[in-house]
Amino acid sequence: MLGYTLKRLGLAVVIVSLAMAILFVMIYLIPGDPAAVALGPRATEAMRESLRVKMGLDQPVWVQFWNFFTRAWTGDLGNEVLSDRPVAQVVMEQLPHTLALIAGGMVWSVALGIPLGCWAAVKRGSWADRVVGIVSVAVIAVPSFVVAIYALLIFAVTLRWLPAIGAGDAGDLGDRLTHLILPSLAVGLGWVGYIARMVRASMLEVLEAQHIRTARAFGLPETMITYRYALTIAILPTVTLLGVGIGQMLSSAVFAEIVFARPGVGKLVYDAILTRNYPLVTGAVLVTTVLFVLINLLADLLIGALDPRVRSRF
Amino acid sequence: MTVLAIRGLNVSFATEGGDLHALRDVAFDVPARRIVGIVGESGCGKSTLINAILGLLADNGRITGGQIVFEGQDLTRADAAQMRALRGPRISTVFQDPMGALNPVLSVGRQMRNIQYRSSLGRAARDARSAEMLQKVRIPDPEAALSRYPHEFSGGMKQRIAIAMALMMEPALLIADEPTTALDATLEVATIELLRDLQDQIGCSVLFISHHLGVIAELCDDVVVMYAGEVVERGTVRQVFRTPRHPYTARLLECDPARQSGRTRHLPVIPGDLPDLRNRPGGCIFAARCDRRGEACAAPQTEREPAPGHRARCILAEAT
Amino acid sequence: MSAAVSDAWRPVRRLLAEPLGALGIALVLLVIGGAVLADWLSVYEPSRISPRDRFQGPSWTHLLGTDQLGRDLFSRVLHGGRIALSVALFSTAASLAIGVVLGLIAGYGPRWLDNLMLLLFDSIKSFPTVMLALALVTLFGPSLTAVVVVVVLVNVPGYARIIRTQTLALKESEFVTAAQSMGAGTARVLRVHIMPNVIGPLLILASMDIPVVIAIEAGMSFLGLGVRPPTPSWGAILNDGFTAIRDTPWIVIAGGLPIILTTLGFTFLGETLRDVFDPRLKGRG
Repeated sequence: MLGYTLKRLGLAVVIVSLAMAILFVMIYLIPGDPAAVALGPRATEAMRESLRVKMGLDQPVWVQFWNFFTRAWTGDLGNEVLSDRPVAQVVMEQLPHTLALIAGGMVWSVALGIPLGCWAAVKRGSWADRVVGIVSVAVIAVPSFVVAIYALLIFAVTLRWLPAIGAGDAGDLGDRLTHLILPSLAVGLGWVGYIARMVRASMLEVLEAQHIRTARAFGLPETMITYRYALTIAILPTVTLLGVGIGQMLSSAVFAEIVFARPGVGKLVYDAILTRNYPLVTGAVLVTTVLFVLINLLADLLIGALDPRVRSRF
Repeated sequence: MTVLAIRGLNVSFATEGGDLHALRDVAFDVPARRIVGIVGESGCGKSTLINAILGLLADNGRITGGQIVFEGQDLTRADAAQMRALRGPRISTVFQDPMGALNPVLSVGRQMRNIQYRSSLGRAARDARSAEMLQKVRIPDPEAALSRYPHEFSGGMKQRIAIAMALMMEPALLIADEPTTALDATLEVATIELLRDLQDQIGCSVLFISHHLGVIAELCDDVVVMYAGEVVERGTVRQVFRTPRHPYTARLLECDPARQSGRTRHLPVIPGDLPDLRNRPGGCIFAARCDRRGEACAAPQTEREPAPGHRARCILAEAT
Repeated sequence: MSAAVSDAWRPVRRLLAEPLGALGIALVLLVIGGAVLADWLSVYEPSRISPRDRFQGPSWTHLLGTDQLGRDLFSRVLHGGRIALSVALFSTAASLAIGVVLGLIAGYGPRWLDNLMLLLFDSIKSFPTVMLALALVTLFGPSLTAVVVVVVLVNVPGYARIIRTQTLALKESEFVTAAQSMGAGTARVLRVHIMPNVIGPLLILASMDIPVVIAIEAGMSFLGLGVRPPTPSWGAILNDGFTAIRDTPWIVIAGGLPIILTTLGFTFLGETLRDVFDPRLKGRG
């Protein structure tokens, strides 16, 4: 298990380093002088020159890269342009909102996807199975931002059941949660389909297994066989799938934050692009990438912890 | 006293190529406290027979005739709930593949506790009962073994655990479906001795399925020979093995590697293939492959009883 | 002659025999038809501003209503289909071409190059799609090119991996070894022996990716990072309507419905294609 953990960790470090390198190349290639962009059109040449020195832009490329790289690893992503606050701090302030949104999306997708997939597997070949199959494909196909807009239109604007804008009052948990319902549905809906299909397929496989036949031969109740004996095995592949899912939900979260005007990393990056606040863009992209890699790493390790067979292999 | 009596059992499967008549007029008894062996090549209907007894036939299969009388109750008329109540406490099963028979993500103790779900005992008492059973099948350190997972045991130990699970509820009938086929020879002997030992302690009957004639001869009291879904011969082990009255049994015994005397270059095999079960021949099921067939074999065959309790479905088996 | 014709139609008939496949084909034909016949179906110029007709609800003169500049939404939806479909077609073709070349290199080339490329693919995939898109737009500025580059970057690693795996498997196979021993060069082996074997499953996967591509184009245009105004795009219509969603909901409905119908149509079609022609890929989506 330890060797496996270290191997996965090493791969994660390599991927994050590569991502940093790619980001550096992109910053370097952005047309225009970052100092000029930062200071605006009314700055003098001397001011721009001093900022360039301060930002290290007068150094050779490889020195700039090394500085960027080492600082990034220590969490120093530079300062953002508008308020001159550390990028890492600004991003970290917004991160909890995005994580809450993704967590909400996961709750939706797991709470709907696992029972649907399980139901379809138990009733395989029936009309219920067919309907679950078509609905799964449909929710996977429709882009999350369209779901977000339509959910806003139907439940917030027309029916007025739920609030449309923002994240709710900071101290009021109930208010926060009601503000989370629609955006997290938009984030998680597609994954309801993925999870339902995944659970159905692996349920069908598990239900054919010899140990299920044994359990039946011992006269165990069907509900116990379905939920304790089969489902506990069938949801294992879903855990790794969720790792990938969180990454995609991160993408959907950007749209959900913009549509529902919620604070979060996605909204932050979007606003930063519109205001050409490039250090903030690269910083936030880097943070989310690291987050994404970490989540995939955790999912891989978690499946090891959940499945005694995998656990013993390493 | 007879624990299990099967009478004229017929089972069919609906397939794309038409109805597959998997079992035809199967009849035999499993008397109390006896071990009955069922022997036959693969495809002879052994698995279908087990599933029919357990009420676990695949969705496309159904019993088209006959009775399965277990402790006086006809299982072909029992509903799903009645069957489930019997499986485990009264009829228990050990399957062939010890690797796949246990749930990989539940601990052994949890699985053994679940099997006792109908019991009124508390959790501690159930675990004690589980440990006692593991002790009986000679699993070292039974208490600790309860918290371990199946993959932590060897194949032979897994099969012993499966036997412990099967006998835990002290069933009246244990069905053992080739329980030793996947094990190597030494383990096979040990497992068979264990099985006989426990059968004696608990006093249950055993239906022992195998294609290994040596194991049947060693372990069983009675034997049923099946071919293509029919019982071709049955009787005590001594009757059937010493004086086989059906040509198929005779060929089967000749082909048994353990019975080969001297050095032969080739194992004898029975020429020909199993008949198509979608179009069963009207006459003797073995006629096409039989080297002693005559004209009378084209007619349907009934069981003859050449000696008391020794029956064979062959025209040559008339009492002498 | 008639036998040949019926052979050519057999795959289509098998698709139509599946209800989902038939629905998929119907939706896809509807969208393609609308895009191709856009000028003929709608009398209005999609980008012509008409201040007097601002914010009109759906009516017989304007089937889907008008937007904040008085532009006819029906006409914009039809012309938006052209953008969506041509972006989908072009960027999928580009991803396929690049993916095939990279996959063949990785599978057929030396081991170190293979490992390096795998690492690169993993790194690209380790960026969440939208973050990748946002980062690229910072680089290129909002444009259709940015959309195509994002799609290519998102799709290529997957395609290249499949080609690589299949190439690795085929490289060891008897008929490739035989061809090599008869003196066939690398290029010939790749072209004649490997390509025909890997292209089928790849095309099915690519067809299943088309809805994703359409979603990326629409999504980026919705954020104002894709096509530039006044070019009609479904995403841009959503963007136009979103600010006025409370008073004039028909604008977002007009922008969203074609996206939903198109992605559903292509997905149903792709799923059925896969089930009918390549059951091995099942569960891969």
